Amino acid sequence: MHTKTLKELAQCLRSGEFSSLELTQAFLNRIKKHQDLNAYITVTEELALQNAKAADARIASGNATVLTGIPIAQKDIFCTLDVKTTCGSKMLDNFTAPYNATVVEKLNQAGAVMLGKLNMDEFAMGSSNETSFYGVVKNPWNINTVPGGSSGGSAAAVAARLTVCATGTDTGGSIRQPAALCGITGLKPTYGRISRYGMIAYASSLDQGGPMTRNAEDAAILLQTMAGFDEKDSTSVDQPVPDYSAGLNAPLKGLKIGLPKEFFGSGLNSDMAATLEIAINEYKKLGAEIKEISMPNLKLAIPAYYVIAPAECSANLSRFDGVRYGYRCDNPSDLADLYTRSRGEAFGKEVKRRILMGTYALSAGYYDAYYIKAQKIRRLISDDFKNALADVDVIMGPVTPTTAFGIGEKMDDPIEMYLSDIYTIAINLAGLPAMSIPAGFIDGMPVGLQIIGNYFAEDRLLNLAHQFQQVTNWHQHSPKGFE
Amino acid sequence: MEWETVIGLEVHAQLATKSKIFSGASTAYGAEPNTQACAVDLGLPGVLPVLNKEAVRMAVIFGMAIEAHIAPYSVFARKNYFYPDLPKGYQISQMDLPIVGIGHLDIEIEGVNKRIGVTRAHLEEDAGKSLHESFHGLTGIDLNRAGTPLLEIVSEPDIRSAKEAVAYMRKLHELVRYLGICDGNMQEGSFRCDANVSVRPKGQEAFGTRAEIKNINSFKFVEKAINHEVERQIELLENGGKVVQETRLYDSVKDETRSMRSKEEANDYRYFPDPDLLPVIIDEAFKAEIKAALPELPQAKKDRFKNAYGLDEENATILTSSRQLADYFEATLKASGSEAKLCANWITGDLSAALNKANLEITHSPVSYERLAGLLTRITDDTISGKIAKQVFEALWHSTASADEVIAEKGLKQITDTGAIEAIIDRIIADNTDQVEQYRSGKDKVFAFFVGQVMKEMQGKANPAEVNKMLKTKLQG
Repeated sequence: MHTKTLKELAQCLRSGEFSSLELTQAFLNRIKKHQDLNAYITVTEELALQNAKAADARIASGNATVLTGIPIAQKDIFCTLDVKTTCGSKMLDNFTAPYNATVVEKLNQAGAVMLGKLNMDEFAMGSSNETSFYGVVKNPWNINTVPGGSSGGSAAAVAARLTVCATGTDTGGSIRQPAALCGITGLKPTYGRISRYGMIAYASSLDQGGPMTRNAEDAAILLQTMAGFDEKDSTSVDQPVPDYSAGLNAPLKGLKIGLPKEFFGSGLNSDMAATLEIAINEYKKLGAEIKEISMPNLKLAIPAYYVIAPAECSANLSRFDGVRYGYRCDNPSDLADLYTRSRGEAFGKEVKRRILMGTYALSAGYYDAYYIKAQKIRRLISDDFKNALADVDVIMGPVTPTTAFGIGEKMDDPIEMYLSDIYTIAINLAGLPAMSIPAGFIDGMPVGLQIIGNYFAEDRLLNLAHQFQQVTNWHQHSPKGFE
Repeated sequence: MEWETVIGLEVHAQLATKSKIFSGASTAYGAEPNTQACAVDLGLPGVLPVLNKEAVRMAVIFGMAIEAHIAPYSVFARKNYFYPDLPKGYQISQMDLPIVGIGHLDIEIEGVNKRIGVTRAHLEEDAGKSLHESFHGLTGIDLNRAGTPLLEIVSEPDIRSAKEAVAYMRKLHELVRYLGICDGNMQEGSFRCDANVSVRPKGQEAFGTRAEIKNINSFKFVEKAINHEVERQIELLENGGKVVQETRLYDSVKDETRSMRSKEEANDYRYFPDPDLLPVIIDEAFKAEIKAALPELPQAKKDRFKNAYGLDEENATILTSSRQLADYFEATLKASGSEAKLCANWITGDLSAALNKANLEITHSPVSYERLAGLLTRITDDTISGKIAKQVFEALWHSTASADEVIAEKGLKQITDTGAIEAIIDRIIADNTDQVEQYRSGKDKVFAFFVGQVMKEMQGKANPAEVNKMLKTKLQG
């Protein structure tokens, strides 16, 4: 059962080949068997079985949705009513939200069966899942390597078939980078396409939830339910949600693909370049035209991001003060002691580093030099994309500079770690949608191809990804031991 | 040396919206602690603010009332600081781009008008309350107030005395209540102010160093706190000292201000645009809609009351001191068909006295405008005299009957039947021959005696004009 795609499982549930209860139990068994991967922080076994039974009844009654009875796992950044939500941090190790995130609510309403909450970098700050309070997640393709981050648990769980689909969030590459490193399909939608309500904020102007699945067809199904305007999120966009599955088979003849020379320059290693070239060649065969483009401001993305994201997070994380919920230090002597020790003891090193950077960038006398400057760069980068997308339909490039790196390899060098998001960060700054799809292997490790589209062109991206997946089978490979 | 005082006021007016500025929780005052704080007000992880349009509308109404620039594009910013009653660790406020720009308010000081500039007015959320009593050395937090919408109104440093400051604050208080955007309840903290105070040698152009006095919540305290602070600064300067820029707290019990924190200790609030909220766009259509619905402002109303109704300054001032009182007056006038002066006198006289005595607002008057109008109608058509009217009013206050019912029930109808009056006059003249003699020999004062006797005999119900006329004729013989 676990080898099937979401779409196949939905058909099986309807035809009665097996029940949601059986399916859910099968995935729960796999989660237990492979708990060494450390993909889950919380497994909601009882709740899942209960919901699976309800889903079976709903299917029998004939008012099921395509997601009814389908097992899913939530990144532990989405608040879940009565189920612990930790955001990968000691700070929230004891926190249970009194509400569901909008995304969770929508998926629950559709009848999806939540298996549990997935591991992640602490407060989504990290590119390797190593900053999690609950320990690193192992990459199923090689358990000595990282799964990427921050949605590392989501990517590893889908790749290892510990769920058929998962939610992720992407602030600077946190869906696409782990999807690439684990060989799955990940979509970061346009900023505002999916509600952020109940999704614990890291950098509010960049955060965006999205689906993480085996293939584009499944991503279309999941996005269909996740997307849409939410009056509880002022930054969500009130625009109709198209039928994402309807256009999957549209022909690609005449499609114009732009390849930014800045993505394919000397920084990209030759194996990666060669693998991507083969992948892009598939698009040529499908009738696409390739055009080299230039986006001169891309190189400024990382410094701009590491001003804006920390600035926003420095304020977003102020609410974790030990006063109302979350971790509180023992026997605080006074208010200052309560604040400093609660935060000092419960936040990890990377979170503290970003809070400090952000606080610095916003402080009197530095605001103009850092924050305002970074906002100007953000505008320049958006303009680069705008200009490029006036000429071409989509932009393609690498997702990561290398395949999955070793656990512990970059932990002592934050700059090196930050550079692993060099190809993904600019897209968040521009607010554009982008996907990572499996595009080959280097030394047995998965490689992702990134497809970037115009605002609200998720349907186009899914179409491109699906067409690629009709002529390649990279997305069907399974890591050894997890077949 | 002669000193000049320079004052700027920052007034926080709590906007009278039903729900909070960024959440759906109620803003009602006085509920059990933490029963009116939802997930958004508590700053739980993952929650997001959604702007209350009503708060925006009220800010724009205020801006129009002070003839200010309404920003077509304004931005909410985060003001970062840690405090237990500030759940998110930042307050959502407006910094660089406030919703209301430069405007003005005219005050009157000893009969002379003075224009005070308003620098800006911006929207922000209130914090919760820290309760230091009754928790055995611990601090309790009540977040009911957290997220309540505030309009912070910042004046130019145009105010030159504590008296002017009070006049400005009163005028502002009257205005926001008039506009219906703030209940003005100072005890509940709905209207409070911070005062920036400095002094400079008379004639000097440069401002002196200022101190900011925080959280003053009565007109009386504003005057006292400023006067005290001015004295303190002058004394300091005259003794060769220096005023330091600092925040001071007014202690109303000891009647003194004391230092809270100096500029060096001041927070760096690290303001930046709140990425959870979109910029507020105000278009011409929205402004036109508000302008059309804008109530008549106090000054315009007062002028109209004087011109259209011929009221004197005093009555016009009293009647326009609140929109409700003015509305009551106009409704009474219309329903009674009486003269404006009579109507005004009754409202500012007997009714106001009774309301004051019972400590009631006009909105809670036991005598509705319809019932008062009924009374005035009967005065106007001579059914009752002014004196009897006071009796009727007394009955109206204590019952729900109409004026006509009271008059009928108590038999207070004025007697204009000349036959009945004549009979009584004849008898009184016959019984008081001495007084008749006196009158006829030129003692005009005795006339009042006869009027009194007739009225007494007729229990005050005789039409006084008729009595006068008839008496005069009869006495002259």
